[in-house]
Amino acid sequence: MEQYLIFNQLNYPIISVVLLLPLIGAVLGLLFKSDKAQLWWGLGVTVATALASLPLYTRFDRTTALYQFVEVRHWLPALGLDYAVGVDGISVLLVLLTTLVMPLCVLCSWSYIKERMREFIFVLLVIETAMIGVFVSLNTLLFFLFWEAMLIPMYLMIAIWGGPRKDYASIKYFLYTFAGSIFFLVAIIALYVQTGSFFIPELMTHSFSFSFQIWIFLGCALAFAVKVPMFPLHTWLPAAHVEAPTAGSVILASIMLKLGGYGFLRFCLPMAPEATWYFMPWLIALSLVSIIVGGYLALGQSDIKKLIAYSSVGHMGFVTLGIFLLNDQGLKGAMLQMINHGVTTGALFILIGIIYERTHSREMSVNRALGAMMPVYVLFLGIFSLSSFGFPGTNSFVSEFLVLLAAFSKYPLVGALAIVGAILAAAYMLRLLQSMVWADSDGHGHHDDGDDHGHGAGHGHLLKDLNAREIGTLSFLTIFVFWIGFYPAPLLEVMDVSVTQLIDQIGNGLPPGGDDNLHQALTGWGNKMTGLFTPLRP
Amino acid sequence: MEPMITSKVLLATLIPMVTAALVMATGRTPNLRESISFVGAVLTFIAVMILAPGVLSGGAYALNLITLYPGISVSFYLDPLGLVFAGTASFLWILASIYCIGYMRGLNEHAQTRFYVCYAVSVGAAMGAAFSANLFTLYLFYEIVSIFTYPLVMHHQDKEGYEGARKYIIYLMFTSKAMLLPAMAIIYVLTGTLDFNMSGISGGIFPAEADRMMVIIAYLLCLFGFAKAGIMPLHNWLPDAMVAPTPVSALLHAVVVVKVGVFSICRVMLSLFGINLLDVTGMGMFTAYVVSFTIITASIIALTQTNLKARLAYSTVSQLSYIVLGVAMLTPHAVTGGLLHIANHAFAKITLFFCAGCIFVASGKKDISEMGGLGWRMPVTMAAFALASLSMIGVPPVSGFVSKWYLALGAMDIGSIFLLAVLLISSLLNAGYFVPITFKAFFGTPLATDTGSGSLERQPLVLLMVVPLLITGIISVLIGIWPDLFLNTIKLMVGS
Repeated sequence: MEQYLIFNQLNYPIISVVLLLPLIGAVLGLLFKSDKAQLWWGLGVTVATALASLPLYTRFDRTTALYQFVEVRHWLPALGLDYAVGVDGISVLLVLLTTLVMPLCVLCSWSYIKERMREFIFVLLVIETAMIGVFVSLNTLLFFLFWEAMLIPMYLMIAIWGGPRKDYASIKYFLYTFAGSIFFLVAIIALYVQTGSFFIPELMTHSFSFSFQIWIFLGCALAFAVKVPMFPLHTWLPAAHVEAPTAGSVILASIMLKLGGYGFLRFCLPMAPEATWYFMPWLIALSLVSIIVGGYLALGQSDIKKLIAYSSVGHMGFVTLGIFLLNDQGLKGAMLQMINHGVTTGALFILIGIIYERTHSREMSVNRALGAMMPVYVLFLGIFSLSSFGFPGTNSFVSEFLVLLAAFSKYPLVGALAIVGAILAAAYMLRLLQSMVWADSDGHGHHDDGDDHGHGAGHGHLLKDLNAREIGTLSFLTIFVFWIGFYPAPLLEVMDVSVTQLIDQIGNGLPPGGDDNLHQALTGWGNKMTGLFTPLRP
Repeated sequence: MEPMITSKVLLATLIPMVTAALVMATGRTPNLRESISFVGAVLTFIAVMILAPGVLSGGAYALNLITLYPGISVSFYLDPLGLVFAGTASFLWILASIYCIGYMRGLNEHAQTRFYVCYAVSVGAAMGAAFSANLFTLYLFYEIVSIFTYPLVMHHQDKEGYEGARKYIIYLMFTSKAMLLPAMAIIYVLTGTLDFNMSGISGGIFPAEADRMMVIIAYLLCLFGFAKAGIMPLHNWLPDAMVAPTPVSALLHAVVVVKVGVFSICRVMLSLFGINLLDVTGMGMFTAYVVSFTIITASIIALTQTNLKARLAYSTVSQLSYIVLGVAMLTPHAVTGGLLHIANHAFAKITLFFCAGCIFVASGKKDISEMGGLGWRMPVTMAAFALASLSMIGVPPVSGFVSKWYLALGAMDIGSIFLLAVLLISSLLNAGYFVPITFKAFFGTPLATDTGSGSLERQPLVLLMVVPLLITGIISVLIGIWPDLFLNTIKLMVGS
């Protein structure tokens, strides 16, 4: 076991602290009665968790691909269920993303949530533990436990604090995710039967027969593709996003979707490398469809929240595209894109929550011409919209460009199709900006009142600009937009060794068929599909 | 020669940005706000000029600000080409900032703070483009120019403004996303870097074994991707962008925005692909034919326009292509002529737009047919207009002649009768749409509704506009008589 791990380099169990803080906080939080106390408690706990997680970044050893900060305790030896946690270059940034976004989720619920505050904070904190748990688990059963533990509180969040169609949305979310995870459970059991181990690092280095890999890959990929979500399994996402409260949308967009991408990187690629190569063309094709369909559907939305939800489908398409291009730039781009999407789309959902609190509408036709009334709001909206469509100098540009580089270096046609997604992204974000910032061309336009305001549209001057809490929340995320936009090196450095190791593991192509019947049956198709791409190699 | 590493190359980009911030902060006191704008413009020009002696003596300045990814960085570099563009644009900003005061106050425009902020940021980003050391930096500033000129185009916030601005941003964003982004990716995949080769104009950055097909695709994506240059068929945004206030049309759509496009194309042709590669792949001549079409077609369309600003817009489309034509001919004379036209066209065209705005503020006229007899009431304006239009036509001694002379020499160097004919025919067309304006202004009969008499140029606010246009008009002549200043700078780059 030791060959996979670096045991904890700190003298305290940092991951357990980060993992259990929110859970303990959730339980203790039940003692508070007033709503304000709940909010402050929730904020305190999430901030404490965030601070506690910082050493994961500062003390992270960037020179090794092994697991770090590891803790292993035997829990239920009969089941093989160990409490084994640790992080590597692939998961550490996602843990940090989680801990840093959660305080913002509390802040954006400050005046949004009006009922059952105690339960809300409880659910929020339980979700945090579950999400961190998924990222740090080194045991498949533990992983699955946290994976399922996330499901119920998120379901509750949509079902209790959601919008008018919350029942439909929450059930749909539950069914999709649950259906996916059943196949995942089967895959976990199959892995155990084959190897007698639930230990992820060991499973990652085990070499399985090709036909076994195919089934494992399909079982896992289905669960993760639902989560990402990948076309055609994406339909739960817009429903869930639109109905969820702001904090729920932020958690969904910023972190939960990343679980899908993380799952691909942790299970599919290392455990089933040959199957990955076999399925690569299909997954690239599906990613491209997600990118283009997501963008196209976003273009047609009049509900702002739905627009951002569909844009998520497109952006996450870049993640899976980067992953399945299976080269250095693609994988790094994909991982960076996960962080960036978390930052940017999280911020956009917060912005929508802010305007919803003021106008009680998410329609573009209602929330328009805000430029004169809410200049600070519009400034942030501008920054995050530009970031969302990959404006140079913002975070998403770097990650999308890396994925494009990977695509153009392998299959230029794939790159060209991904560009379509980038164009669509610019189109729908600029359309959104144009309509929210400026008045439309229906009359109230040009007045010479000699001063700098006077373009108030339908709302009169009733809408208040952002308050200090909202400015603080958004400014925090703005730092990341420009930091990653101009200086992504520190983040790339963290993932570098792990990505290199992963690429070594998956090798460089589908090996020629062995004595395996299924393999021979499938490589025929596989070669046809890959054959379509081959002439496009530069 | 190794460039000197200095953070002074940042100043020209930073000062306008700081100016914008200060303008925003002082929006409530118009006098202070406009003074800051003016001082910012002067300081920007000085920031460019302190680097000029070094560049003129054969040196260069550089700074690598930050590296995003190996081969992709935000880096600055000042060479003769950048100096010509940055020097011209920053100098004209000084005059434009005086002119703006007259125009914006004369028409009592709304949202003036927003106007000045976006104006300053746009100029600053153009400076950044001029100082770019690689394609990523260039792209970054190119996109900032697009975003910050958008509010300027739709400044009036009426139906026309919104439509013009929508078209503007769709053209510019679509082309940059659809073409420049893949072009950058392809270039990086082929070369492993986006840095320009600043050591000469022939080498480029592509290794000899690079796939020719991909190189050609990347080149075409760049040529049409920089849609700010207004090469047909992607020129349509420019006439519609004329709904903007005239100072915007003057500085931005005659100098800064479109020149960023043309500058980018020249930079990419000379420092990224290099003239050897363009020659071998036949892309040089291809480009020359594409822009020849633009030159002639845009001139013919200009003949049909009766709105003064629209006519000037099509004239801009046509004149910009001269610059690209010069570089595309790939001979030292032609490249010199093309690059020289960056400056020459800037001084002449800004004069013409200044005149158009001045006429509008003083008399409310936009259409050429209404301008009969106006020359006697606005003699200085129309005289400057006449001088600048001579430059456009290419009559000696006004500056346009010098660039056209070099272009013609270049066409003869490569022995292309076709391109020589294009130059001659286009000059005739230029005369065809510019001479009647001056003629009408001085010898036409005023409209029956024009009852007033006496000078229109005496009002203080109009005077704020007349002085800058007179200065640019005179400079147009001076750099025609003594072209050495720009000529020597460009020769440092072209090396002839």
